[in-house]
Amino acid sequence: MAERRSATGNGLWNRIGTPAASHGVLLAGSLSMLFPFVWMLATSLKPADETMLWPPRLLPINWTAQNYPTVLNAAPFVRYFVNSVIVSVGATILVIATSVLAGFIFGKYEFPGKRLLFLVILASAMFPFETYMIPLYLTMKSLGWINTYQGIAAPYMIMSFGIFLMRQHIAHSIPEDLLDAARVDGASELKIFLRLIVPLCSSPIGALGILAFIQAWAAFIWPLLMATHRSMYMMELGLSTFQFRYTADYHLLSAAAILNTVPMLIAFIILRRRIIESVALTGLKG
Amino acid sequence: MVEPSAGSLVAPAVTLTDRLCGLLRMNRLKFSKYCFCYLGLIPVFAIYWVLRLEPIARTFILSFYDWHLIRPLKPFVGLANYYEMWSDDNFLLALRNTTLFAVFVVGASVVLGLALAVLLAGNLRLTAAYQAIYFLPVITPMVPMAIAWKWIFDARYGILNYSLSWFGVQPIGWLTSPDVAMWAIIIMSVWKVLGYNMVLLLVGLKNIPAVYYEAASMDGAAGWKMFRRITLPLLKPILLFVVVISTINAYNVFTQVYVMTQGSQAAPGAPLRVLVFDIYQNGFQFFKMGYASAEAVVLTLIVLALTLIQMRVIRADGE
Repeated sequence: MAERRSATGNGLWNRIGTPAASHGVLLAGSLSMLFPFVWMLATSLKPADETMLWPPRLLPINWTAQNYPTVLNAAPFVRYFVNSVIVSVGATILVIATSVLAGFIFGKYEFPGKRLLFLVILASAMFPFETYMIPLYLTMKSLGWINTYQGIAAPYMIMSFGIFLMRQHIAHSIPEDLLDAARVDGASELKIFLRLIVPLCSSPIGALGILAFIQAWAAFIWPLLMATHRSMYMMELGLSTFQFRYTADYHLLSAAAILNTVPMLIAFIILRRRIIESVALTGLKG
Repeated sequence: MVEPSAGSLVAPAVTLTDRLCGLLRMNRLKFSKYCFCYLGLIPVFAIYWVLRLEPIARTFILSFYDWHLIRPLKPFVGLANYYEMWSDDNFLLALRNTTLFAVFVVGASVVLGLALAVLLAGNLRLTAAYQAIYFLPVITPMVPMAIAWKWIFDARYGILNYSLSWFGVQPIGWLTSPDVAMWAIIIMSVWKVLGYNMVLLLVGLKNIPAVYYEAASMDGAAGWKMFRRITLPLLKPILLFVVVISTINAYNVFTQVYVMTQGSQAAPGAPLRVLVFDIYQNGFQFFKMGYASAEAVVLTLIVLALTLIQMRVIRADGE
């Protein structure tokens, strides 16, 4: 039986070992992947003195949920959450708008300068954000955008990969005849874009939206520079300043960390397949 | 209903359009296409210019100036910032640390990711569940994860030192000395990115047509030999992609270093110095933005060079 499968299937694995052994390895790996989450959750449900037990215990002796209200009273995490949502949603909308528009133009039109302009967009993606954040900061400062949502969202408003992705999709999966038929019917180019292209791109738009949202949500060094008022902190930054105040209070830190993890966790549980596919599509930038 | 009013509004513009078309010697359709293209790209490139292109160019320009945020005089100093860097212990230390970090994180996460992908490529049951579990750290934000690991690495009450004590290992101050903190952060970072590499490499493995394996097995290839002769060469493009992306990300490491070693327990002497931290400190804490820009240029050149070298090496190897 195993012989037959190895001859017909892709066969690589069956030649190296047995499924039982590989499940063993994968399970051990899964446990180490999950352990920090479990440990954090367990710690968040312990009273303060139980974080300083030796030997440490995984499960609390006296379970308590008190750490969560304490954390929420100590720092405005709800506000941080709202800020994160505003910045990430705003950035996502702009990434989608610019990517679909530019992707359509680069995918379906010929015009002088096209190759050069497209090359500029792709080449700019080779520069990591950290390498040009100083001049960008100076620009934001002169615009008076420090401590504003648009300032914090700025670097995440465009994505070269997004333009590339939309161009590929539109060039390959939307037939030219469809556009010509619309033109014969008297539709303007703008109308074709809004009425025809945008609805036909809903699937890659979804993938791109997920990428753009994750990228903005995970931002750290830029909000660290841009948000100097606590009221403008995003969740990540809020949590990091919280940890400088409660350095050793791991029961509180864990509760705060869980609160910061939950939104993404819920999104991941609901959209698991879409998220993995979207990220596998590209190099999600940190 | 809308037609007549729209028509009357457009009417004067039509003659203008016609005149322009005649002037540029093109038909109306072509003209309207060009209009749409350039008008559509103007806002996109305006954003690109402000947020990307101009800052990239200005990084290079600033690096030639003694550009201090507070001082009114910002003189041109040529390559002085670059000379200064080579005698700046902090910068050299950051360069060394970041390179070590990148080598170990990329090496470990690519090798382990490939091993896991090979296991999963055998069409095991529960593949989707495994993928989700290994992907979980990738998708969760860095700061809470860094805090979770900081707690695991805690010198006095940390679970890692406790587990090691079973093997007779004395407690290690994981995050108190920069040299040891490096290893702690490498472990944490491999944990964080492993699932990403695994998912990408699994896509690559699944795309290898089964006929190659069938042909090779008829020739008597199996196991390791099959992996080396068939899998690795065919996986090369995606492997290249994973290595390049991981290296670039590793060179830009910041968040976990900042969270896990800045102001950690009992404020240790120096945080682990990595390039982006050095840029951040010089630029935004000491306000030496010209000097920090020069460092950023070096980081840019390293990343670009590594990308090109890796492409060259892997391509040459494949031919």
